[in-house]
Amino acid sequence: MRIGGRAISRGSASGEALLCGEPISFLGGVDAKTGVVMEKGSPIEGKSVAGKILVFPRGKGSTVGTYVLVQLKRNGVAPAGIINASSETIVAVGAILAGIPMVDMLERNPLEVLEDGMKVAVNGTEGFVEIG
Amino acid sequence: MILSREEERVLSGEEGEARAKAMEILCAVGKIYGADGLLPVSSAQVSGVSYKTIGDAGLEFLADFAAKGAKAAVPSFLNPAGMDRENWKAMGVPPAFAEKQLEILRAYGKMGVSATCTCAPYLIGIRPRLGEHVAWSESNAISFANSMLGARTNRESGVTALASAITGKTPNFGLHLDENRKAGLIVEVDAEMGRMTDFGALGLIAGREAKDRIPAFEGIPRKPASEDRMKSLGAAMAASGSVALYYAKGITPEWRLAGEPGKLESIAVTKRELEEEKAKMSSADSVELVTIGCPHASLSEVREVAGRVKGKKLKVSLWVCTSRETKAEAEKLKYVKAIEEAGGLVVADTCMVVAPLEEMGYKRTGVNSGKAASYLPSFCGQKVRFSDVEELL
Repeated sequence: MRIGGRAISRGSASGEALLCGEPISFLGGVDAKTGVVMEKGSPIEGKSVAGKILVFPRGKGSTVGTYVLVQLKRNGVAPAGIINASSETIVAVGAILAGIPMVDMLERNPLEVLEDGMKVAVNGTEGFVEIG
Repeated sequence: MILSREEERVLSGEEGEARAKAMEILCAVGKIYGADGLLPVSSAQVSGVSYKTIGDAGLEFLADFAAKGAKAAVPSFLNPAGMDRENWKAMGVPPAFAEKQLEILRAYGKMGVSATCTCAPYLIGIRPRLGEHVAWSESNAISFANSMLGARTNRESGVTALASAITGKTPNFGLHLDENRKAGLIVEVDAEMGRMTDFGALGLIAGREAKDRIPAFEGIPRKPASEDRMKSLGAAMAASGSVALYYAKGITPEWRLAGEPGKLESIAVTKRELEEEKAKMSSADSVELVTIGCPHASLSEVREVAGRVKGKKLKVSLWVCTSRETKAEAEKLKYVKAIEEAGGLVVADTCMVVAPLEEMGYKRTGVNSGKAASYLPSFCGQKVRFSDVEELL
């Protein structure tokens, strides 16, 4: 199934979906060395974002979070792709600088349509995702 | 977003990877905020310079971006760093910190961003004209440019300002559009406003009340409202709220564009509220360090401190934070000598908020700035005394 959305960061990638119903702060919230989510109380605390299609509403917290996405990429533990409900600049700019394909504003709410572990492809050049 | 042919070419990578990334960032930001296209900017002011704020993540990115050939295309200048480039040892900055900080400055230097290292570029001749579009990122500089100069800038982040430096463009939305520059809150001031801290305290109150609305002040007496004091007002509002533009009747150049005040919510601020605010922000009676210059001190503020401490021996540490240019002027006029002979330092390139104060052993700091009073407890673990220069020294 193909769901249209808005292209934010170019490129395409596929992987297993990892869903987080809460906004994510990358600075302090995600370990740049391991890709493991450290934020206390986060629905995905203790899970690794490495190689996943990370699905969450939007970023939050310090703008330095942008650079943490670049560090995750450099350390080989970045998400393969990002789907946001409605993106803000911290994560969008980080995804662009790190070269992580990203889309937002899907025609259907990705947090309802997708499930953890589902195979998803993100096309951040044209702006759509494909499930299955 | 509609891009010009030249912008498309940059985006496609024909002018290199760094310029393409910078263009992609601006396009994404434009898309997110509903811009119809990009606007040329005449300058960029780039924050994200102190190692304390951007850490290794920021340093690695900047070094890498510089290595990829990123180069500023319009006049661009840096926000303060975490230390005085030349005098960091005298400040007591740890050498490991200094090494990282110098690496960051080298990366920006390679990209052609000028190392002004000041949050108040408007004090060293960088003053965009009325209606000019710029991409600035330090909150008080944004407020000053929009309000006191009538220029147009959104609240940029360090990275988006750097992207604007490299491309000479910014997405056209927000405060670049006149329809988004109308006031949303009237602040009636009923106080003499005779002291610097009156302006800082007023800013803290107004910023909190305004949140993301544009405040329009009425009743600020014109005579005490010097540029130095207005910079303190704007800085405090940007710290306690996210005010990027304000109007002050009879003071800021575009106050007549504020809109129709009759229909807006209005709050009143009297001397009593100002004094309560100052008391609330003060958590220390005695201090180890007094810092003046948030935002960076003007030459006349350096002169005021020099006049006050001349011939004295201070019992506390003193930093007067300013730009390197202003420090050079103050040296010629012997203000620096007077301050140093009293035991103080005139610190250039940095300030009390972005320097690693807590690592340097300070716990209680005296400030005359509402912005510093607001940030030092959370950013630097300091207890603060918020008072005027007369009482602090």
